[in-house]
Amino acid sequence: MCNTLIKGARLIDPKHQRDEITDVYISNGKIAAIGQQPEDFSAEKVINAENQWLIPGIIDMCARLREPGQEQVANIESETRAATSSGITTLCIPPDTDPVIDEPAVVELIHRKARKAKQSYVYTLGALTAKLKGEHLSEMAALKEAGCLGVSNCRTGEINNLVLRRAFEYASTHNITVFLEAHDAKLASEGCAHEGAIANRLGLNPIPYAAETGPIAQTLELIRETDVRVHFGRLSCSRSIELIAQAQASGLKVSADVAAHQLHLTDMDISSFNSLYHVMPPLRSQRDMQALRKAVADGVISSIVSDHQPHEPDAKLAPFPATEPGISSLETLLPLTLKLVENNELTLSQAIASLSCNPAEILGLDTGHLGIGSEANVCLVDPEHEWTFNSREMLSQGKNTPFSGWHFVGKVMMTMVGGIVVFGKNEGQ
Amino acid sequence: MVNKATRPTPDILGQDLWNIQLDEQGQLKHFLTIEGLGTNILNQILDTAESFAGVNESVKKVPLLRGKTIVNLFFEASTRTRTTFELAAKRLSADVLNMNISVSATSKGESLLDTLRNLEAMQADMFIVRHADSGTAHFIANHVAPHIRVLNAGDGRHAHPTQAMLDMFTIRRKKGADFGALRVAIVGDILHSRVARSQIHALNTLNTGEVRVVGPKTLIPKDIEAMGVTVFHDMSKGLQDVDVVIMLRLQKERMQGALLPSEQEYFQLYGLTEERLKVAKPDAIVMHPGPIYRGVEIASDVADGERSVILNQVTYGIAVRMAVMSMTLSSSSGNSTAGSASTQKQSQEAE
Repeated sequence: MCNTLIKGARLIDPKHQRDEITDVYISNGKIAAIGQQPEDFSAEKVINAENQWLIPGIIDMCARLREPGQEQVANIESETRAATSSGITTLCIPPDTDPVIDEPAVVELIHRKARKAKQSYVYTLGALTAKLKGEHLSEMAALKEAGCLGVSNCRTGEINNLVLRRAFEYASTHNITVFLEAHDAKLASEGCAHEGAIANRLGLNPIPYAAETGPIAQTLELIRETDVRVHFGRLSCSRSIELIAQAQASGLKVSADVAAHQLHLTDMDISSFNSLYHVMPPLRSQRDMQALRKAVADGVISSIVSDHQPHEPDAKLAPFPATEPGISSLETLLPLTLKLVENNELTLSQAIASLSCNPAEILGLDTGHLGIGSEANVCLVDPEHEWTFNSREMLSQGKNTPFSGWHFVGKVMMTMVGGIVVFGKNEGQ
Repeated sequence: MVNKATRPTPDILGQDLWNIQLDEQGQLKHFLTIEGLGTNILNQILDTAESFAGVNESVKKVPLLRGKTIVNLFFEASTRTRTTFELAAKRLSADVLNMNISVSATSKGESLLDTLRNLEAMQADMFIVRHADSGTAHFIANHVAPHIRVLNAGDGRHAHPTQAMLDMFTIRRKKGADFGALRVAIVGDILHSRVARSQIHALNTLNTGEVRVVGPKTLIPKDIEAMGVTVFHDMSKGLQDVDVVIMLRLQKERMQGALLPSEQEYFQLYGLTEERLKVAKPDAIVMHPGPIYRGVEIASDVADGERSVILNQVTYGIAVRMAVMSMTLSSSSGNSTAGSASTQKQSQEAE
């Protein structure tokens, strides 16, 4: 770790509403000063960053790294390396690992592996219920103590309203945020496609809107009674946004995110049975996609996540309904978000905020911004760099992406975690 | 070789956006779904089937596919469909291999692709595939060696194109070639039916005057109108002035899924009886893909009555399948040695 001067970059820090060309002084892994050189500072390294953006390191609230449990598919080392190559300095993984994150030992194991990998920070969500079975409450206080940033029931299993209400009360007692993915498995009935014309044509089992909106509406009533903070992840329906906007307007502590691919793809994309487009929740209509984009711009959805799900090739080599859902998406999170700026759907500041200070706030982390004294988790982006994404060049172990061949403008040139360059030229310093 | 340049490179999974059913000359190469095929191809199938219908009646066997090996690859139990494919293949003098995979390979954990590779190694020329997952025939067509042809004998709820074409053949024989003058009603479980989906595409491609679907909302998919049909929930309205009534199979397990209250109530509301048929045109024909569930879908006197063409359908099924087999196996792509080698190389690279 050395004193570093990042010179002449366009600093973009949505949290502090800064957008200016300036110099940034990094010392002891922290941002020591911006603009003016501190008195006792002597730069051991100067990074010339003219014509580049200096942005807060990206915080991805939902990524599956496959470790522990499926190390043959991917692991913390491989996936965090892919993350930092794409500007992601903080990851949060949901508890549906094997074993489930429902006791401190699993949290510690993950933290240890992440420290060893020396790439991005890896945080965890604990299980909302023991073994994610929806029956008994997990030891939430102990999980929080061990470092979990919240609790979640993922999409697995059914949870009845009595257990959910008690989980809310208990989480609220300990000031723990609950992360939910609204999904009524019975109603979805093993479906794999959005209920609509495409699913009809292809004969794929449909998933109705109500499989997502039903649980959200019901959960909002429980939130109203328990005063708990709840974050809804991976929204897909325009009606879900209406419900959440209403709840936010009435003062409930509710936030939401969306997966980047949901802002670019629709159910039209599955019409040739291409399993790379098999995701959960399913890709929905053009109208839903537009509503999701608008919700990010309006702030109803405050963060964009990768929903990273790396798979081995075999998982996608089967008839569409028999394939595993999910996209290996760490490496497309920033490019897909910047594409929305290019298309005038978001301002640059909104786009960066949805990947940095907004998720930081939801997770309760003091990062995702470039305040003086904050840890130097930053990245440099060359905004003019035009490139074509190629699945064969991915660093993630999972090459399952439908975005291979997409043209992007803007590329991460350097990523720094705690003042150390973990990706880019001068790596390791 | 000219074609290689125009063909998009397959992505990592070997899937591409090329209409994989057609070869470079626009001839039928695989038969996976009716959707995306033109009126010309459908008419060609019907005309070719017409020429084979004579074979069935007198000669019984022609040497068209001598030396070819056709594999019946059935991942779902079926006797009737498999038998008609087998008969069709034998009348074209091909060798037939029947594989019931549901009980052998996949239960031992072998992947679908491994099974395919093994069968390819047995010098097969055609796979006739039935599988419970929608999209299986497409998946297989995307991954087989380039010289192999794939016929879809039913995939999930998606498609059963040979059944639809034998139905079109039956309608054309009984009602003439002008589909524009016809009103056709498809009755029953549209939701789970691959037959209905293929019939709807075929009827619309052949410019049928009106295509109707009739059934309770639990058995009719939402937004089905987008496929070009009018929806009826009342039998007496749905059958009004129709020329063709197609009854669908109602699977018994549907009663358990809260889709229908009982067989009795279903028959009362949607069963086809002589009385119900009175609102149809006097010369309307009654069709059914079989097997018939008497007293629930259709009354016995209708099934055996003079308007019923159910047994004709079975006979015509052989001619239609012969037509599709001979058409696909005579399509050109991948057959010339140079073309074959290059495409093979391409598909290997893709893996």
